[in-house]
Amino acid sequence: MAIVTGKQVGLTGNSAIAYAMRQIDPDVCAAYPITPSTGIIEEFSSYYADGQVSTELITVESEHSAMSACVGASAAGARVMTATSSQGLALMWEMLYIASGMRLPVVMTVVNRALSAPINIHCDHSDSMGARDSGWIQLYSETVQEAYDNLLQAVRIAEDPRVLTPAMVCMDGFITSHAVENITLLADGEVKGFIGDYKPGRSLLDTDNPITMGAMTLQDVYMDFKHEQSMAIAGAKEVVVEVGSDFGRRFGRHYGLMECYRLEDAEAAIVVLNSAAGTTKVAVDELRKKGKKVGLLKPRLFRPFPYAEIAAALKNVKAVCVLDRADSMNGFGGPLFSEVRSALYGLASVPKVMGRIFGLGGRDYTVEHSTAVFEGLYRIIETGRMEELTGYLKS
Amino acid sequence: MKKEKEGERDVPPGGVIREAGSAHGYSTGGWRKLRPVVDSEKCTNCLICWVMCPDSAVVVKDGKMIGFDLEHCKGCGICAAECPDKVKAIKMEEEG
Repeated sequence: MAIVTGKQVGLTGNSAIAYAMRQIDPDVCAAYPITPSTGIIEEFSSYYADGQVSTELITVESEHSAMSACVGASAAGARVMTATSSQGLALMWEMLYIASGMRLPVVMTVVNRALSAPINIHCDHSDSMGARDSGWIQLYSETVQEAYDNLLQAVRIAEDPRVLTPAMVCMDGFITSHAVENITLLADGEVKGFIGDYKPGRSLLDTDNPITMGAMTLQDVYMDFKHEQSMAIAGAKEVVVEVGSDFGRRFGRHYGLMECYRLEDAEAAIVVLNSAAGTTKVAVDELRKKGKKVGLLKPRLFRPFPYAEIAAALKNVKAVCVLDRADSMNGFGGPLFSEVRSALYGLASVPKVMGRIFGLGGRDYTVEHSTAVFEGLYRIIETGRMEELTGYLKS
Repeated sequence: MKKEKEGERDVPPGGVIREAGSAHGYSTGGWRKLRPVVDSEKCTNCLICWVMCPDSAVVVKDGKMIGFDLEHCKGCGICAAECPDKVKAIKMEEEG
């Protein structure tokens, strides 16, 4: 713990997540350290060593083992958490699908970092975007406060009997994980009251009610399982809204599916995830002072993707730029772009939508970049022509 | 999960099977190419076949080996191979 001023505490993203994990006090945490998420488990280990949590901390030999241990512990009925980044998430790959397919509500913090090669330890979203189809709920966090609040809510969302699906909370490597921000922490009792006890509907350790998990399914039922899983994840959207409202009622910080910043009357808008949204807000404020009607849409929930709500929020905008901090490597633009653009297709009057890849491997995204994007959008509005539909942001 | 239309099945979330021993209801006998046949004249009821059978398909009653559960026997031949050399009461025969 660091600087305390009144109710405000200066904490890095990693420290805030470790603090939240101490308050959640999961039954099991299996983890393997990797930059830039290392600080989370490092600090959580201190809480463990000091006897401040009752968690079983399993120090494993790889992230593949970390997620395997999480799967086993969750199947046994434990409340389970972990954290990772980049190559660590990549090494968890096959287990991600097993956790989601078996409907195990594991909660994981992903501190976003670029994927090798070339090796790079800094922020982009290649890691979590690569896992977007793994059946995990994904919440994105602009600030340390949002990362802290999202993690607490993720526990409730994942464990909701209507959902029972693992969830990852994403925040930007170094930019959020290592920068100190003033945040408001909840009291331990408030956290306990909000998340409640985890009452698993089934447990491998319940010998009075023996069950089988992970059984083979073939052509006759596999597809039915996937359909059931898909519908449960789709239903998570409603639960995210419910849990976000309850969080707001209790603690005064309200959360929904996305944040719309000065978007109501906007002609030009940027759609972007995580910390870059903060930078964009500064550009929006500066341009608004000059009379430009600009705004921002920051999705909070990316999986399940709230396509109808995003389309409704952007329906009156004339031109949109979707900024992706990950390249689909010759998909149709970045992942956020292609989904947002697809979501808008059904509108009666479709805004012009361009996509730009930015900030890979920690490349800076400044207010000037953001302003230049808005200027580009105004050129499209004025001329009706889009010169480059998708591409890399010049920086 | 509610059935959306005819032909869709209700499935338990996560593929959990809540009924113990339900594998018994799954017939694997159709996988068999060779069928074990016991010569009860030669069989000494040592029950090594019962111990070694990976599918619990050797049927034992009152301490005596009385035959095979052909609903579950996959015809692997382990019983025939494990039957002691002095006895060799089990032969594998082609399924008809």
